[in-house]
Amino acid sequence: MAEIYILLLFVIIAAIIAVETRKLLSAVICIGAVGFGGSLIFLFLRAPDIAITQIVVEVLGLIILIRATISRDVTLISGDREFFGMVVSIVILLVIATAGVRVLETLPAFGTPIIARLPDAASNTYIKEGLARTGAANIVSSVILDFRAYDTLGETTVLFTSIIGATVILRKKSRKLLEELE
Amino acid sequence: MHGMTVIVKTISSWVKLLIFLFGIYIVIFGHLTPGGGFAGGVILAASYILLMLAFGREFAEENLSLGWASKLDCAGALLFAAIALCGLFYGGGYFFWNFIQHRYLAGPGHALKLVSAGTIPLANIAIGLKVMASLFLVTLVLSTFRPDRSAKEKE
Repeated sequence: MAEIYILLLFVIIAAIIAVETRKLLSAVICIGAVGFGGSLIFLFLRAPDIAITQIVVEVLGLIILIRATISRDVTLISGDREFFGMVVSIVILLVIATAGVRVLETLPAFGTPIIARLPDAASNTYIKEGLARTGAANIVSSVILDFRAYDTLGETTVLFTSIIGATVILRKKSRKLLEELE
Repeated sequence: MHGMTVIVKTISSWVKLLIFLFGIYIVIFGHLTPGGGFAGGVILAASYILLMLAFGREFAEENLSLGWASKLDCAGALLFAAIALCGLFYGGGYFFWNFIQHRYLAGPGHALKLVSAGTIPLANIAIGLKVMASLFLVTLVLSTFRPDRSAKEKE
């Protein structure tokens, strides 16, 4: 347990530095530190599937972010803070914090999953019958590609749509312009 | 953009194949060991992005061009949807029914083998193709399509 708290502290410090630092490149590297800390936390919580995905996506995202930010210049915002805006944001933060504390009080303690309290939970069925019904030894894979394959279909659709959007928005010339040139 | 120094080029020309093979392993063994279509697809995309960073954009585009990447992307998505539709039409009666497992691979003898779990490895391969192509496309698009300078020059 101690290593998880140390890693959490590391992640929080890295996130604060990423917000507060003035150089764009060091902020990107601090975001990478947050991701690697999260991946190590998943590894200590014995979730290697998520740890692999997290570390790989983090490396790729870091490369893309560094490529995208390394030639950009930073615009610093200076000047005094508005009094009214600050009061409103503090009030909203307090409201969210109290709601979050109330929600956290009702959650089960850390390390006691919901299947220990509810014997009828769906995840109990997955663990007991997953191998017999899907034949997949990796239970995560049997959940995301058989029992909950709709979620994976949605995730694939989101990725597909975002790629279409990025390609259309970021390309240099529109197809109409290309046809006119020809 | 002509890539990086000789050291980087040499090392990445050795390492690229290992990364690609590791990605294929993660995709194909996704139903037995940790990993799966998404993580393996990202590793496959990373091997192409390594090529792009080390040897320059044109070299990577010769290996996997923009048109081929978008075709692979669509093929992965269509394959995944086709697996889902097969469950609907091939006797099961509902979407994503694992028809291969229930028809041909039922019984305890197939567990923990490479050919097991019915449609799950196929779906892993489809997702791996799709994620590889789309993440490579994102990087290519973000590094190719810089903010347009020719439009400003026209003005």
